[in-house]
Amino acid sequence: MEVNITINGSDHASDVEPRTLLVDHIRRTVGLTGTHVGCDTTSCGACTVLMDGKPVKACTVLAAQADGSEVTTVEGLKGADGLHPVQQAFTDDHGLQCGFCTPGMMLVGASLIAENPDPSDDDVRWAISGNLCRCTGYINIVKAIRTAAARVAESSIGS
Amino acid sequence: MFPSRFDLVVAQTVAEAVEAKVDAGEGGRFLAGGQSLIPMMKMRVAFPETLIDINRIAGLDAIERVNGHLQIGALVRHADLVASDATFGAVAAAAPWVADPLVRNRGTMCGSVAHCDPEGDWNSVLLATGADVIAQGPGGERPIPIADFVDGAFTSTLGEDELVVGLRIPVPSGRSGGSYLKLERKIGDYATVAVASHLELDDSGAISAAGLALTSVNPINTKVADAEALLVGQQPSDELFAEAAELAAAAAEPRDDVRGTAAWKRQVVRTYTKRGLAAAAQQAEGS
Repeated sequence: MEVNITINGSDHASDVEPRTLLVDHIRRTVGLTGTHVGCDTTSCGACTVLMDGKPVKACTVLAAQADGSEVTTVEGLKGADGLHPVQQAFTDDHGLQCGFCTPGMMLVGASLIAENPDPSDDDVRWAISGNLCRCTGYINIVKAIRTAAARVAESSIGS
Repeated sequence: MFPSRFDLVVAQTVAEAVEAKVDAGEGGRFLAGGQSLIPMMKMRVAFPETLIDINRIAGLDAIERVNGHLQIGALVRHADLVASDATFGAVAAAAPWVADPLVRNRGTMCGSVAHCDPEGDWNSVLLATGADVIAQGPGGERPIPIADFVDGAFTSTLGEDELVVGLRIPVPSGRSGGSYLKLERKIGDYATVAVASHLELDDSGAISAAGLALTSVNPINTKVADAEALLVGQQPSDELFAEAAELAAAAAEPRDDVRGTAAWKRQVVRTYTKRGLAAAAQQAEGS
């Protein structure tokens, strides 16, 4: 069946089998491999993408269900003027170790900041509670998302 | 992992979805959020021949109060309930504890109810609040009281060709309160134990209606009818709630498993029933 999905601002029309999962479509058909497959059982959040702005587990969405929607993957976080504040903060605050969970963590972080410009530690922990980090580096993940939020708030006051 | 092959029907109306189900027969399944069904299909526990996607049907995404009821459409996601101001008591208390934030963005309350997983949260909340499930089949719409709907583990009394189009939860007219206390090893895990409580108070402060239901401690979400009967007509008190908690513990038949021993889980039922009823009473007294 024909599906049209806008991925990171570009339209992708493809003929897919109904059973194609969104994560496989993104990785294999579109060729964006920043979205990872971890547990493949809706537990770990490594496959997180934003679907119409909301984080979802792409291993548990059919590509056909995303027809007509706007999807953002980790590759879409970077803007014209460089890294997204969440990406920069993950670099600065050592928010990753092995990096496997990082795309999902950063997308959840970006989505949280868009909704709540000043999240507390608890807000961040609550938001990332569907994403697992097997390096257990949660302290710096939380720190990085809060750093990004503070920088976004600062720059919006400045402008 | 990926599901076995199936035909996908994208329904634009409820009538179209029901018609597709009639055509598909036993091999047909409805797809809403898919947060339980898709994993089951990937693990080949479920292998529908036809999947009927209801996500494009307009008008099923409302949470609204109509004629003294809270009505929840088939496409209302768990996250919509977390964000809604229309919810109350045990419904509002349970919403943030369903699954995890990402699953809540896709999964629907009606889908979860229809799935009838005894470890699912919503059916306990519906049992405690006395809700109806609204089913639509080829012959029209009918309400099914939740106590008649939940039939066993992963089994409901929904007809072969019926779609759950919504839920109707009575909103108390007087003072009321509710709670949902859930113990889980980590967010997103099944409940080790959870207790849904609902209390309504009359003008004298006595309990005029009570609902109490348990998650994960029996092969089916369990309404503790004898505890509810005990509570009605009484003034709320710690002693009364302790007595109700004994009945709740007696109604629980948990198993020893990776989440804990049966004896310990029964003790959690006891403690959570006491705390849950006290929280519901406090909310009702302040309402």
